[in-house]
Parts: sequence; C-alpha cells; structure tokens
Amino acid sequence: MAAHNLKHALFCAIVTLIISYPILGFNLASEGTTVTLEGAKTSTVVGVLLAAVIVFLFQLFRDTLMGSLRQLPAVNPLTNRKPMEQSKRLKLDSVLLTLMIIGALIWPFIASRGAVDLSTLVLIYIMLALGLNVVVGLAGLLDLGYVAFYAVGAYTFALLSQYYGVSFWFALPIGALLAALFGLVLGFPVLRLRGDYLAIVTLGFGEIIRILLNNMTNLTGGPNGIGGIPDPTLFGMEFGRRVKEEGNTSFHETFGIAYSGEHKVIFLYLIALVLAVITAIAIRRLMRMPVGRAWEALREDEIAAKSLGLNRTAVKLSAFTIGAFFAGFAGTVFASKQGFISPESFVFLESAIILAIVVLGGMGSQMGVILAAIAVTILPELAREFSEYRMLIFGAAMVLMMVWRPQGLLPMRRIHIELKKQE
Amino acid sequence: MLVLEDVHTHYGKIEALHGVSVEVKKGEIVSLIGANGAGKTTLLMTVCGNPQATSGRVILQGRDITRDLTSNIMRSGIAIVPEGRRVFSGLTVEENLHMGGFFNTKSEIRKSQDHVYELFPRLKEREHQRAGTMSGGEQQMLAIGRALMSKPNMIILDEPSLGLAPLVIKQIFEIIGKLREEGITVFLVEQNAHQALNLADRGYVLETGRIRLHDTGKNLLANPDVQNAYLGG
Ligand SMILES: Nc1ncnc2c1ncn2[C@@H]1O[C@H](COP(=O)(O)OP(=O)(O)OP(=O)(O)O)[C@@H](O)[C@H]1O
Ligand SMILES: [Mg+2]
Repeated sequence: MAAHNLKHALFCAIVTLIISYPILGFNLASEGTTVTLEGAKTSTVVGVLLAAVIVFLFQLFRDTLMGSLRQLPAVNPLTNRKPMEQSKRLKLDSVLLTLMIIGALIWPFIASRGAVDLSTLVLIYIMLALGLNVVVGLAGLLDLGYVAFYAVGAYTFALLSQYYGVSFWFALPIGALLAALFGLVLGFPVLRLRGDYLAIVTLGFGEIIRILLNNMTNLTGGPNGIGGIPDPTLFGMEFGRRVKEEGNTSFHETFGIAYSGEHKVIFLYLIALVLAVITAIAIRRLMRMPVGRAWEALREDEIAAKSLGLNRTAVKLSAFTIGAFFAGFAGTVFASKQGFISPESFVFLESAIILAIVVLGGMGSQMGVILAAIAVTILPELAREFSEYRMLIFGAAMVLMMVWRPQGLLPMRRIHIELKKQE
Repeated sequence: MLVLEDVHTHYGKIEALHGVSVEVKKGEIVSLIGANGAGKTTLLMTVCGNPQATSGRVILQGRDITRDLTSNIMRSGIAIVPEGRRVFSGLTVEENLHMGGFFNTKSEIRKSQDHVYELFPRLKEREHQRAGTMSGGEQQMLAIGRALMSKPNMIILDEPSLGLAPLVIKQIFEIIGKLREEGITVFLVEQNAHQALNLADRGYVLETGRIRLHDTGKNLLANPDVQNAYLGG
C-alpha cells in the first residue's frame, strides 16, 4: 500500500515537472533577428520544484488528507443538526424570509452607492439562478445556454427603446414573454435530447445567439452594443437631473428635494428587489402546483411519468419556457441598470456562473440559491486584489464543495402538504 | 376490452414481436407467461404505445390506439404497473399516489387515496416516507396503488412478484384477485407461472415473440409442455 502510494506520488511529481517546467522555466528572448531560448529566473525554477514537492507530498498523504477533509462536515454546524419538524421549519423559513426582505429593504438607505449598485447585480443573479433552478434543479434539464434568454430580455428592451422609445415598464413584460417564446420555440426540437446531448446543444444555442447579436450590426450595433437605454420611471417621474421625455416630471423636483444620483440607484435596486421577490414567490407557487410535481416526477423517472399519462415534451417545455421567462425579466432589469449592453455581457461564462450558483446552492432549493448568488457575486468583489485568480478560486471552491458538501449549501428539502392529523 | 391483432413490434431493425394476437375481455384476469426475453414487456409497452407497433392493430375499448401517443393512451382508462416498480424514489408515498391521479380532481384523488390505503394499510403507515427508502414489497404495493389512483377500468402489471418474498407475493396476488371483484380488468405478466395461472381466467404463453399456447388458466396449469417449461416439471 505504502509502496504503491510512493510510486504514484513520484509519478505525479514528475508529471508536474514535465508539464510546468517547459512552460514556466524557459523564456523566449529576441537577440537581434534570432530568437533564443533562455532559462528563467532561479525563483521560477525554485517555484516549479516546490510545486512538484507539494504535489508529491499531497499524493503521498492523499488518503489521510482526503479522509480528514471528509470529516469536515462534523465541524459544519448545519450537518449534525437533527432535522426539524416540518411545521417548525416552515415557520422558521418564513420568519427568516421576512427578516431577509426587511433587511433588504433597509439596506439601500444605509449602504454606499457602490454597495447598492452591486446588490442590484446580486438581485439580478438571484432572478437568473431561480429561473435556471427550475430548468436544472427541478426539471433536471442541463441547460448550458441559459444566458441566451437573458440576452433576449436585455436586447428586447434595448432595441424597443432605441427604435420605438418604449419605456422600461412596457418592455419588462415584453422582454420576459419574448424570452419565453424563444424558450418555447428552441426547446421544442432540443428537448427530445437527453443529458449530455441536451447540454451540448443548449451550449451551442447560447453561443449562436451571442454571435448573431455580434454580427447583425445594422440592428444591434454588433460588438459596439446599444447605449442610451433609459432608466425606469416611477409613475412618470424620471430620475435624471433633467427630464428627457416630454410629459414626464422629475423625481427630485416633484418631491422638492435636491437632485442626487443615488435616487436612481436606490430605485433600480428596489425594482430588482421587488422583481426578485416576485420571481421567488411565483416559482414557489409553481413548485407546489401539479406542473411542479410533474417536473420532479419526470426528472425522477421518465418511464414511470409517461406511464401515468404525462406528456414528456409538454412538461419539459413548460420548465424550459418558465425558466426562460425569468431570464428575460432579469435581462430587462440588467439593460436598464447598465444603460448600455453589448454581446460581451452574454458569454458562456455567464451561463457557467449562473449554473454554478444553482449547483452551489443545492439544486432545487431556493434559499440555497439565494445564498449562493450572494456569495458568488460578492466574494470576487471583496477579494479584488486576487481578481486575476478569480476563476482559480472559483474552481477550487467548486472542487471543495463537491468533496465537502456535494448536495449544495442548502439542499432542497421537499415541502409536502400535511393533511389534518388523525387522532 | 383490449385486443391485439397480429402485432409486430421492432426495436430498430430487430423484430421483438412476430405477429401477436391477444384478447383480454372485460372483467377477466388474463396472465401472460414466458421466459426471459420472450417479449412480454415489449408486448405490454406496445399496448402503451412506447414503442409503437410497426404493423397490426391494438384496440382498447373498441378504439384503435395503435398510433396514439403514450400520454393519450394512458389517460383513457388504462394503467400500468411497470416492470421494476419505478416509484418516484425522492417523493413521499403520498406524493407518489398523487402523481398517479395527476389528471383527476382533488376530491377524486382523496377518494382514490383512501381506497388505496384500504387495500394497502401499510402504505398509510408510511404516508410521509420517501418511496426510495421503502422495502421492495412496499414499493411494489405503492406502484400498484399509484396505478389505481387514476381509477382505471383496466390495469396491466409487469412481473409484480419480481424479487419479492413468498409471503409478500401471496399478498400481492390476493390484491389482484380483489381488483377483479371491483370490476377492474387485469392483464398480468409473470414469471411466477404457477400463481399467475392459478389466479387467471385465461392464459397465454409467449415464446420468442410468438404466442405458443392459449387456454384457460386451469388447462395451462395441467398442460405437460407448460409444466415442463415453466412450472419446473
Ligand atoms: N429498448 C430495447 N432496445 C432493443 N432491444 C430491446 C429493447 N427492449 C427489449 N429488447 C429486446 O427485445 C426482446 C424482448 O424483451 P422484453 O423485455 O420484452 O422481454 P421480457 O419477456 O419482458 O423479459 P423479462 O422476463 O426478462 O422481463 C429481447 O430480446 C430484448 O433484448
Ligand atoms: Mg420484462
């Protein structure tokens, strides 16, 4: 056993050297017209050697290390707790939710402008993740192109406002519905596929939308994007210093207060908050309705679900469409918040981040998704100095999560309706 | 009630059923026995339209359903207990039952649920347990209960005794007998030939995609060929 470990560890260390030394240990230097290879600084060489030693040691003691890592859940206060009674849990859940919402309402008035702006982004991600949670967590459809529907929502608003001067409040339902329509039309052929195939095709689809937006230059402005997207108004009151559209009044003049750029930021935040709460409530409702149970049944056992008369395509399409709808919602808010959008905001990485939020949160659980959205959006901001290593930290966090808490932060606990107790 | 006329079914290019004709009359229990791979499951699934018959006709209650969608067939008074039970393991017993009555009204669901709990008091005890954590026998009861939730006129069972202890098998067969008394037509596929034929009004023997024998349950039990091949001599 030990000999085997030693051999394995040596092998891994050598592989590390073979891979990293040629990449880091040599530099190309130009001397006149020729290019010569020269060795790197000693510090780099030492670093590479050190890395090999670390790999060697880790592999040597891997079993013990991973063993103690697996012991970690004992440290986690959440794991060893006895499951609460359902009624108690529901009460706690609603108390917690109420507190969270109250906190979220007070937040913009005590936080700095930058923090409120960031919080708006968090809320947008919460909407996105809650929507994707329906598709991936509940219906079990791995959608890697979710960002496409986000883009549809954002571009709907941007284009409508640019060409027809449509306001935020009109564009909001249109953007969401159009995204849902996209979901429906694209889901129809795609949802016949299963698992990996579905993942690949949706990934491709997400890219196609982005590339289309990039190349339809006369309509979307291509890579230059669309700017000048209007802010939302409050009953015809604008938040700018001067009123842009005729018939509107300005917020600060109506209330007789001094103009402040913060009003707009706070207002946007509040809109995002209301929409996120609506999203959460709507999806919670759906989960308890027959359609929600059908999603779960189909995810659990397709043949059994079909044998009960469920129409597979219809059930899957409903999940896909509803997920897309909320992405469209989020997209409209995003466009309004940024005031400018370009295809760059809708790259595959966005889909990956939203998916990571759903997975980290514990597939299917709303509270978990909300916490994960906050963590994934805010942590990189807190660790600005490490921003170059953001993806690295992200990856490491994912790996650790999978070892430590594979079911996610707060795995879904299914709510069931308890009928009257007998006796 | 259910008639199959010269049904051929293919998996890709391979023909699994080579022209099968079967009839199940209203109120009967009909058993279909056959060795592994004979095509029993294929026959039942062809009735459900998944896969569809490539030729021949499937007629349910006088209506040709050969080309109907599975989802439509399964909503027209027929229910199946699939091979291997296939309960929704993450859902509770009660939720599984509710899935069975998916297209019924709330009050209908409540009624059928009470009825199922009457048939299987064990399920009532386990109402809030996850189906996946129950024993094989309990899961089989749940699978049958779930099928009954849609108040079918006819129920199809694919090897309900698979992997169960003799005592539980006896219980299951008793329930099947009870279903007949309630006026539900039963089409039963079994490896457990003795009990299946004993209970059945009529029986069919399927061999590599063809019906070999067809007679009353009693006669098949007495048939030397059947005794040799399916009753252990
Ligand atoms: N999905 C499938 N694809 C291809 N061939 C299949 C498929 N399902 C079944 N078959 C083939 O069809 C034939 C009949 O299979 P079937 O499952 O109907 O047998 P069975 O009588 O139910 O057997 P068992 O008693 O083991 O359940 C077998 O040769 C099997 O390999
Ligand atoms: Mg079978």
